[in-house]
Amino acid sequence: MAANDVAVRVKNVSHQFGEEGDPQYVRAMLDTSLEVRRGELLCLIGPSGCGKSTLLNIIGGLLAPTSGTVLVGDTEVRGPLPHEIAYVFQENALFPWSTVIENVRLGMMFQGVPRAARDERARKSLEAVGLVDFADHYPAQLSGGMRQRAALARALSLETGILLMDEPFGALDEQTRMVLGEDLSVLLARTAKTIVFVTHSLGEAVFLADRVAVFSARPGTIKEIIEIDEPHPRKSAFMTSDKFTALRNTLFSLLHEEIRKAMEQATASERAARGQAAGVSP
Amino acid sequence: MSVRGKRDGGQLASRAVQAAFVLGLIAVWYLATNWWRISPILLPNPVAVYDELADVLRTGEFIPDLRVTLTELVIAFSISSISGVMLGYLISRSQYSIRVFEPLLAGIYSVPIILFLPLYILFFGLGPASKIALGASISFFPIILNTIAGFGYVDRIFILSARSMGASNFQLFRWVLLPAAFPVILTGLRIGFTVALLSILGSETIASLAGLGHRIVHLAEGMDTARMFAYIAFAIAIALFLNTVVSTLEAKARRR
Repeated sequence: MAANDVAVRVKNVSHQFGEEGDPQYVRAMLDTSLEVRRGELLCLIGPSGCGKSTLLNIIGGLLAPTSGTVLVGDTEVRGPLPHEIAYVFQENALFPWSTVIENVRLGMMFQGVPRAARDERARKSLEAVGLVDFADHYPAQLSGGMRQRAALARALSLETGILLMDEPFGALDEQTRMVLGEDLSVLLARTAKTIVFVTHSLGEAVFLADRVAVFSARPGTIKEIIEIDEPHPRKSAFMTSDKFTALRNTLFSLLHEEIRKAMEQATASERAARGQAAGVSP
Repeated sequence: MSVRGKRDGGQLASRAVQAAFVLGLIAVWYLATNWWRISPILLPNPVAVYDELADVLRTGEFIPDLRVTLTELVIAFSISSISGVMLGYLISRSQYSIRVFEPLLAGIYSVPIILFLPLYILFFGLGPASKIALGASISFFPIILNTIAGFGYVDRIFILSARSMGASNFQLFRWVLLPAAFPVILTGLRIGFTVALLSILGSETIASLAGLGHRIVHLAEGMDTARMFAYIAFAIAIALFLNTVVSTLEAKARRR
């Protein structure tokens, strides 16, 4: 692959929380390498606690890896890169004390967009997500789905080449999520952004992604990458096609055994923690 | 809109009940003095109290005492609010110092500091200084504790999100930490103001040279009960007025 076709290069990244021997010591990721192609939507999927979000935070420069490097273009990531990377968080990360449009303008102010350009760009990105009529509402006055669209508008207004999305629809109900997924597919087909998208949902991964990276149980590393060969924007008919079902089943069988492993780990570590607590208490 | 109308109607009714309660209390008071002949030294007639109050207001006799009390209040509250907010902000900067200082301050807050008034008077004398010191130290704790709570527990996601968009330290403070903490700090300031006023009036009644609390005790000791009641009513009116002003400022700042 030519170097300029790669937007993000993750090289041998490992990450641990705490030191060996600490009760909170967790090896979140082990020697993970990954190339994100320019303009693709890459989904990260895997069992809970496998380090998907950790990898996303490392790519975004919000977390420094214990070892390994991440390159965005030719620059090594050592902190947030607000001109290259925008973020849509899992929880609602809109500032509740500001209206929707103020939230979008604040993001551009942080990024360093000149004041004169902010209004126009804020309106354009709110138009793109269909929230112009709610520009002066406070986040608390919006539904969960609208809030995530507002968060997406804030990220789009930063006009970065790369968008990182950490389970952006995780807290929403199934129907809202499906509609937002369709909207996102249409929107992204137009913008040609590079997107890394963390999700729990197999259906969401198949519907949105160009490629899906399946994580193993902790310490997480990439087990396999599946290509989803279907042009964007995708219609809801794709969701009921045999191709969709087959891909979803492939993902399920890849994930199934990792999820079992992850659950056994969780039970074992809980048992260990309880044993330790019993040993310490008088 | 019928629901809104109903609620307003309900509010009107409860206001009427509240007013009737206060009027009833005054009526019982009037009956107790005129009908049941309770000694005016123990309980003066409300009409006599009203006359005394009118006299106090007309002659302007209250002005020197009010000035003393308000000066003490302003200085005490300035000291506690400035030091409380600044120190609270500094402590909130690290999780370690929050862990060390917050329980310590919360522990001291639960001590009845008024018990140290004799000590304050030994240190600062009978004059305004001891009232200022007491008012400042009592109101310091709710202010610093609320400031720590306001700044120290800002949701991490807001900070991460601002950082990911490139916010500088100053921008983070001005546009994220401050607006997140502001309502909590305001509550601390309102509570601090109320307890400062209470402790200053209270300590003036215990040992002082001037002030509204001093005047009230002075009249009580001279058996001039009607005038004492007039001063109590005046002090209540001042306290109500100040608390209303502070609550209105708080509500206004919150709505911003």
